[in-house]
Amino acid sequence: MSIADRPPGPIETIGAWLLGLLWILPLAYAVWTAFHPSAYATRFDLLAPLTLENFVAAWQAAPFGRYLFNTTVIVTMVLAGQFLVCTLAAYAFARYRFPGQSLLFALVLMQLMVMPDILIVENYRTMFALGLVDTLGAVALPYMASAFGIFLLRQTFMTVPKELEEAAIVEGCSSLGVLWRVYVPLARPVFVAYGLVSVSYHWNNFLWPLIVTNSVETRPLTVGLAVFSSTDQGIDWSIISAATLMTAAPLLVAFLIFQRAFVQSFMRAGIR
Amino acid sequence: MSRLRTSIHASLLLLPAVVLLAAFTHVPAVRTFIGALYTTPRGKRPAVFVGLDNYRQLLDDPVFWQAMANNVWYAALTIPLSVVLALVMALAVDARLPGRAALRMAYFTPTVLPMIAVANIWLFFYTPGYGLLDQVLGLFGLPETNWLGSRDSALYAVIAVAVWKEAGFFMIFYLAALQTIPHDLREAAAIEGASRFTFFRRVTLPLLMPTTLFVLVNAVIGAFRLVDHIVVMTRGGPDNATALLLYYIYEIGFRFWDSAYAATLTTVLLAILAVLAAVQFLFLERRIHYR
Repeated sequence: MSIADRPPGPIETIGAWLLGLLWILPLAYAVWTAFHPSAYATRFDLLAPLTLENFVAAWQAAPFGRYLFNTTVIVTMVLAGQFLVCTLAAYAFARYRFPGQSLLFALVLMQLMVMPDILIVENYRTMFALGLVDTLGAVALPYMASAFGIFLLRQTFMTVPKELEEAAIVEGCSSLGVLWRVYVPLARPVFVAYGLVSVSYHWNNFLWPLIVTNSVETRPLTVGLAVFSSTDQGIDWSIISAATLMTAAPLLVAFLIFQRAFVQSFMRAGIR
Repeated sequence: MSRLRTSIHASLLLLPAVVLLAAFTHVPAVRTFIGALYTTPRGKRPAVFVGLDNYRQLLDDPVFWQAMANNVWYAALTIPLSVVLALVMALAVDARLPGRAALRMAYFTPTVLPMIAVANIWLFFYTPGYGLLDQVLGLFGLPETNWLGSRDSALYAVIAVAVWKEAGFFMIFYLAALQTIPHDLREAAAIEGASRFTFFRRVTLPLLMPTTLFVLVNAVIGAFRLVDHIVVMTRGGPDNATALLLYYIYEIGFRFWDSAYAATLTTVLLAILAVLAAVQFLFLERRIHYR
């Protein structure tokens, strides 16, 4: 075995593990607090009794069920909108030649830098003018046309061999038929990757929903959690930790189950 | 298919994307520039054109300068720390360590948590006296510290949270790049008698440059875009010690409802991002080794 190839020494192994422990520590601490009575929140005793009462208390203290529903609706709307809008646009950029194409593409790419997250004041005014403030649609709408999605899908569509498209046309497919029957099926892994990245982003999104929602009927989980933990609870860390874990749980559990898919999706979406 | 028909097809395909992008990115950006030249309309008083007055106000606003300084300092610490840690993590997980799957999970998990959850977890972690941090430091006889309540430590406390959240995310990209480095290079280096460090410095690091650029661009955008943790942990305090630019925009826009001044601040943020984009395309892209 060569020098450059030998397995890492004990120092590197220990270092990597210490870093790993340090990294998981804050989360482990929150888990400990959430599953033990408040008396043990800061006292470490391996024999401390486990309890789910903090979760029950949190669930009853705020409408987390409704928040969960809102988040699910928002994430679904964003994803459906992005898939539709970005697929159509990416197809046009990948397979059509028309005047002003490169200028238009540059304008699309601008959104990679100037995201709707930054233009909060103007976007709020737009929503106000449209009468959409405090609706689920207002949370989702600014994100539906995503430069990132258009770019990613365009790159993928460009790798599809022309011969396949020509064969489909000979078979009598229309333009949209070609897109639906040839391009979309071939790009499936990219759709999965983009979908996972998008869902994790919008499940966790906070600032824009905080601004544009102001009632229980529209608030997503993140904003609901912030409202819950910032006010009048008379800081009971056990209950707040339970609420925090509840908010993160759906995505966290999905991540633990589909770890490989998640990691590969983030990799695939990042390499461009 | 005639050229006209192609153009019509293409426009129809692009229509939804163009309308939405224009409505929520381009038009608001232009309206921000224009809005910065007017006063904020209040009640029956309409907006009045004031030219560059808002920018004069900005130059005289100590909170703006504080927020800028905070943001630069925040970026200058968060970015190198999280990028270097990401590289270290990727190298560790890429090597044949015992339990590397568990390690990868430990590094990556903070990335899937909402920033709000992260902020809550760390808020508790930092609680003076009985948070875990003070408890551990207490074992060494150190006194209680109000990490988020003191002007001296609050920004660093917030930076630690950002690094914790982001390093694992960037690790993924390094990991992907490391796995594409061909094995022959290692063998060749070994035959030449290169040490592991030389191999890393002369082969691995240059090959990782495109990834580093990608990660850096994302990290810089993140440093100016993500303020969720500020909203929950400090609200910009104490005494504006943790106010970042976007957080200040949020405060001016939605707590003081001064839309003209918020537009002025947003213009500054847009200018910073434009400079970044220019640097990325003109300068960095050329110095990167693409095999």
